[in-house]
Amino acid sequence: MYETHYHRASSIEDAAALFAKGSDAKYLSGGQTLLPVMKQRLAAPSDVIDLAKIPAMVGIEASGDTVTIKAATTYYDIANNADLKRTIPALAHLTSMVGDPAVRYRGTIGGSIANNDPAADYPAAVLALNATVKTNKRSIAADDFFKGLFSTALEDGEIITAVSFPVPAKAGYAKFRHPASRFALTGVFVAKDKAGNVRVAATGASASGVMRVPNIEQALKANWSASAIDGIKISADGLMADIHGAADYRANLIKVMAQRAVAEGS
Amino acid sequence: MSTVKLTVNGRSVSAEVEDRTLLVHLLRDHLNLTGTHVGCDTSQCGACVVHVDGRAVKSCTMLVGQVNGANVTTIEGIAKGDELHPMQAAFRDNHGLQCGYCTPGMIMSAIDIVNRHGGELDEATVRQELEGNICRCTGYHNIVKSVLDAAGRMKVSAAAE
Repeated sequence: MYETHYHRASSIEDAAALFAKGSDAKYLSGGQTLLPVMKQRLAAPSDVIDLAKIPAMVGIEASGDTVTIKAATTYYDIANNADLKRTIPALAHLTSMVGDPAVRYRGTIGGSIANNDPAADYPAAVLALNATVKTNKRSIAADDFFKGLFSTALEDGEIITAVSFPVPAKAGYAKFRHPASRFALTGVFVAKDKAGNVRVAATGASASGVMRVPNIEQALKANWSASAIDGIKISADGLMADIHGAADYRANLIKVMAQRAVAEGS
Repeated sequence: MSTVKLTVNGRSVSAEVEDRTLLVHLLRDHLNLTGTHVGCDTSQCGACVVHVDGRAVKSCTMLVGQVNGANVTTIEGIAKGDELHPMQAAFRDNHGLQCGYCTPGMIMSAIDIVNRHGGELDEATVRQELEGNICRCTGYHNIVKSVLDAAGRMKVSAAAE
């Protein structure tokens, strides 16, 4: 790792001010992606601004039909939150499958979606649940947030402060795990909102990052059941192909994982 | 360079280190606590697991600044004098190690697993929860046996206290 300067921010405003002072600063949350990347010398920020100890960045609030997860809340605290397990169990379930227990103690939802790894789990949930990403400057709809591989709508220095999830009528998540890394070889989040709209998002599959799956959405809107997807064929165009799986293999995984997500969801 | 102050195994320590220093290197190189190992250095193998404020984390993936003011427990801090921690004793009795390289991390993760599940553990849970700790010798069978044995012992010792 190249030398850097560590700063622990005391508030969101303090963090933004520290960021502005650095020549090439980066925000640090759980550090489960940023630190490995810095160790590989693929990133060399002049300053790292630690957001994890800011009180306003941690916690989960459930009110009415919305659950708001503050950005620096760890996977462990999300997966074990009683309000979330009651309102959006699929999101708690997804969280319990990220990384391993030690990683879940450190990693945070804000860090995950800011990084927007094409095989990360949270982008699928944020997109399928039609969540809103709150920053220190504005609110961004999920459809406008993810902009391709490791790319988001965030501007330089902008901080994700929370993610607000509408409580769905039904939701589920299933992923086919890469056997070593535990990332999603393909993961699919299915959700039906209280007005009956269905959104389906797949991660790990597309070469452009998290994607919606319109033909599965239409089939599930007509009939919320795994068998409703039986006849659907997913195009392999634009899907990733690597030593772990060809594009048509991932296309089939989207369908199979969607079926499992519907069957295992609630 | 920054000064970090933290508690390690109940002792207050302070060190003047570069900001890029990882917790595992503070422990090994500055505090001479070499029981915590560096295996993969990519946060996958778990040989470097220690407890930070009661949570089992990978010390190769934390900067020292992140643990400033924290309470850290390493493998050196769990025995009571000459009396091994029940998890250490269970690993010895069940032959839960061969080369021993992964063992400090295994034990620190295993204690955390038992703490979280309150001693109510089955084999499938132990295997699933150890997924962040890699052992290349044992094939895991005796490690799992050790953790299940220790879960019982820890329940008994907690009840006695």
